[in-house]
Amino acid sequence: MTTTTGPHPTRRLILQGAAGVALLGLGNLPFGAAPARAAANDKYPEEAFKLKNEADAIKALYGKTVEPSDKVKLDAPEIAENGGVVPISVTTTLDKVTSISFFVAENPNALAASYRIPDGTLPAVANRLKMAKTTNVTAIVEADGKLYSATKEVKVTVGGCGG
Amino acid sequence: MKARSALLLGSLSATLVAFALTSPRVIAADKVDPVADAKAFQNFYFQKFPDVKHEDFVNGPYSMNEDMKRQWQEKEEFPPYEFALDAGKEMFATPFKNGKTYADCFPNGGIGIRQNYPYFDTKEGKVVTLELALNRCREANGEAPYSYVKDEMASLTAYMAFTSRGKPMDIKIPDDPRALAAFENGKRYFYTRRGQMNFSCASCHVQSPGERIRAEILAPALGILNAMPIYRSEWSGMGTTSRRFVTCNSQTRAVPLEPQADEYRDVEYFLSYVANGLPISGPGARP
Amino acid sequence: MASSIRVRSTSNGDITEVQALIQHPMDTGLVKDSKGEVIPAHFIQQLKFECNGKDVFVADWGTAVSKDPYVKFSFKGAKKGDDLKISWTDNKGGSDTTTAKIA
Repeated sequence: MTTTTGPHPTRRLILQGAAGVALLGLGNLPFGAAPARAAANDKYPEEAFKLKNEADAIKALYGKTVEPSDKVKLDAPEIAENGGVVPISVTTTLDKVTSISFFVAENPNALAASYRIPDGTLPAVANRLKMAKTTNVTAIVEADGKLYSATKEVKVTVGGCGG
Repeated sequence: MKARSALLLGSLSATLVAFALTSPRVIAADKVDPVADAKAFQNFYFQKFPDVKHEDFVNGPYSMNEDMKRQWQEKEEFPPYEFALDAGKEMFATPFKNGKTYADCFPNGGIGIRQNYPYFDTKEGKVVTLELALNRCREANGEAPYSYVKDEMASLTAYMAFTSRGKPMDIKIPDDPRALAAFENGKRYFYTRRGQMNFSCASCHVQSPGERIRAEILAPALGILNAMPIYRSEWSGMGTTSRRFVTCNSQTRAVPLEPQADEYRDVEYFLSYVANGLPISGPGARP
Repeated sequence: MASSIRVRSTSNGDITEVQALIQHPMDTGLVKDSKGEVIPAHFIQQLKFECNGKDVFVADWGTAVSKDPYVKFSFKGAKKGDDLKISWTDNKGGSDTTTAKIA
């Protein structure tokens, strides 16, 4: 088993959730000093998923700066039919891709999903994400040790965090 | 058009209803003619949406909007009703405690027959829906009935719809005045305004399909039941025809009826009949 | 109980395309139930695909992945008939595993 979650982090998540309802945007979480993400690193990036802010989450996950690239193709709808299920996919023509991550800027926690792409796996992922409101979705492709991104605004009329 | 007069009637104030009732012959003299009604109903949509292929109306709001259609196609690659469908298939094949199965209750063992429901039962003198028939089957075999709105009932009807996919809706109105009355009653229910917002079913699903009501794109009434049951993202789960009717009523702030109330059975009969010829597409996925 | 994992994997000889759908509530911990109680966060954290003894795809997920999560990817180096092992673990210690034959 690779999950290392014990009872303590779970409880903290609950508390965080309760606070989140009342005080969206309150960011007083411990700032995890997660190192740059290595392709061989098998560990679940728990701290990065807990951060509110996109820049903080990128820093925790990768510890590097990102540059926009037209070689990253992000496909997402103009208007999400339902914020609970937004189909989002990314492909890239970049070489030596080791990971692809998705961030939703104004979700309670910006990092949505992060995929490790081993050798022999194509640099393309499709998934379905929740979006709380109209905001930017960013895909970050890690290729040859550098980070490249594409961003698109998705309009959300029915939010995906209210159940 | 009768539809129009019904709409107008609904919007008149109570003081005027009395006046309208003094000349009921205008409507009463009209012979109930389901064939003509179905033709008029379908032509209304075909003319309003000349670019939509006829068989596409069964895909609800996705037939009306390109951006949404793409999201739907992506969903259909691995549809969210998959788990319900699998569960329904298993339940359908699992014998009751007495050893019998659902297959024993239905023509053709229940396979490929969704398009014939609801039907008018001339013995009972009422409309029998698939959901009702399933619970009657359970009760006849000593099993407790299921909730009509979701879960097991949605799974079972999902599987039965799946075995009928592509088959044209084929609802019959037998030569029985009670069947005609049920059709007419369903039609009346469909066009009658009710609730705090004073909406009829038709206000949204005839007058405004393809348009947004608040955040949602309205589905055309034509073929709306061909896709049942549906996985609605808004529900985060499956729902039956019963659930759809109940939520339609509550969304327009009307008092919902009990699932499988006579009026719901009749409106299902009406809506299914006027969709005759359009393919079964259920189970469906909806926003 | 049926598996929580549905998978379709097809090879065209060179590339294997994989789609998976997993039955899981993916509760965010931000939603209250009808009694006003917060539904605790409950979500898959890691989903792994292995083929021929090697990880071919690893997903790390937070609560923003939709209920009944879906993912699609493709990889090279497998052939029809090979086993694809899929396993997930969630934040409450739940897990499930299944193996699919590549078609």
